[in-house]
Amino acid sequence: MSITDDEARAMVARAVRRIVPDAQVETLASDADLRRTFELDSLDFLSFVELLVNDSGVRIDEDDYPDLTTTAGCADLLVRRSA
Amino acid sequence: MPSLGADMDSGTLVEWLVHEGDTVHRGDPMAVVDTDKSAIEVESFDEGVVESFLVEPGTRVAVGTPLAALAPLTGATAEAAERQLPAPARRPPARKHAATRPPAEPGPSTAARPRVPKPRVPVPVGAPPLRHHAAELGVDLTRVAGTGPHGEVTRADVDRAAAEARAGARPERAPVRPETAPVRPVARGTQVSPYARRLAEELGVDLARVSSTGRDGAVRAEDVRRAAEASARPPSAPVEAREEAPAPGAGEVPGSWERSARATIAALMSRSKREIPHYYVATTVDLSAATEWLRRTNRERPVSERLVPAALLLKTTALAARQHPELNGFWADGRFVPGEDVHLGVAVSVRGGALVAPAIHHTADLDLGEVMAALRDLVKRARAGRLRRAEMADPTLTVTDLGDQGVEEVIGVIYPPQVALLGVGRIVERPWAVDGMIGVRPTVRLTLSGDHRATDGATGARFLNTIERLLLHPEEL
Repeated sequence: MSITDDEARAMVARAVRRIVPDAQVETLASDADLRRTFELDSLDFLSFVELLVNDSGVRIDEDDYPDLTTTAGCADLLVRRSA
Repeated sequence: MPSLGADMDSGTLVEWLVHEGDTVHRGDPMAVVDTDKSAIEVESFDEGVVESFLVEPGTRVAVGTPLAALAPLTGATAEAAERQLPAPARRPPARKHAATRPPAEPGPSTAARPRVPKPRVPVPVGAPPLRHHAAELGVDLTRVAGTGPHGEVTRADVDRAAAEARAGARPERAPVRPETAPVRPVARGTQVSPYARRLAEELGVDLARVSSTGRDGAVRAEDVRRAAEASARPPSAPVEAREEAPAPGAGEVPGSWERSARATIAALMSRSKREIPHYYVATTVDLSAATEWLRRTNRERPVSERLVPAALLLKTTALAARQHPELNGFWADGRFVPGEDVHLGVAVSVRGGALVAPAIHHTADLDLGEVMAALRDLVKRARAGRLRRAEMADPTLTVTDLGDQGVEEVIGVIYPPQVALLGVGRIVERPWAVDGMIGVRPTVRLTLSGDHRATDGATGARFLNTIERLLLHPEEL
């Protein structure tokens, strides 16, 4: 089942908010660095990936992590993998 | 009130996790205690029925103060308890005070001690007139040591605290006036400490409406509590007064919690640097075998079980500590006392400023997946203020990994009474010479701070070499 760009962005926002409940993800520039903006350490980031995988059903490997730097990057990956 | 660390002389009961009439067993979590550094779950030291609470939430009491009275399990309650919780047969114990075991008064004297009547217990809260007096002088009663008959804070104590604050003689008791402290409305993207976040969720406080008194405008737990109290009151003067308070730039007055957390760390670290003659040895380790192995194993692991390099470093450090037991333990009474096993302390920053280093018990015996799970669990609970007493009391050697903060090298300060601390930097790709060729390798800088009273640099060097060797063969971990 393919995921649209809007759905993917909503998944990213949900995942970030599970870790940082008051994060303003929707108003964040889509090329802003998620880890730096929300101060996610390596364990937070692992939780973030876990939430994305569970929500989208898409497989994400460690090799994909560089693509997950920004909201746009995350959305692209989820759309591409689910197509 | 148990001692949750060498530096602790009192703690604040935050909440009860049991009710009067509940049956508790040894090891059951009973209460949450705030120790200035973190909120810790305190477990029962005995079994019995919770007869009465002797200390109200929000009260700060000295270590050794009874928190609750347990009645022995009578035949009927014991049977009832065992119907509820299938467990081996239990012997009804003599009445004892639970969750307290004062270090100074073990055994029979504890059981025989008369119960403290409730009204006398609230040491720092103070009677209303006293509170009024303290407010006038700008004295935070929770920071005043009581000299009254049962440790109550007296009017003279308040006057003395105010005088000391004026003289600047005791900066940690300087006046803290939460009601009038300069505050700033919270802007979007403002930092919120993890504990404050949890509290806000629990109290139903909208973080966007919380005014911050923290340094850098960060929202602290106190700010959330104050907002919760304010919203519980009619929206009259206090709330508006806060919103009219001076804005940006004036926020340098930190909250009292932050002040006390800083004071705790200051005391412990000063003691370390005063008493411990540190030596430092460091090495840069090639992590290519380790990271390549992690990449392969993580490809086969579901995302929830993936490993981070920190787990590998903790496991190798624990194994090395077992091989070099002279670095794993405590300096006490002028001699080294080895730890009973390797319980690695992991430095975790919490509440946007404080630092705790709770233990992963028996680290060397856990497989990598277990170390990883323990690490995630520990960090999560540290940030949520849900550490357990034993985790705070037991570390035998601490690891501080600031790689996520982007620094390449950490030359750390030993946590007394431990005798060593391993600092771990960021994993950096560096040019690396192997067999006469230059390649680019992922590397990490490991720095051991050692207590020169307990060991010499050569021991530290052997310890680091052991870690390096273990990291070359991650598949054997």
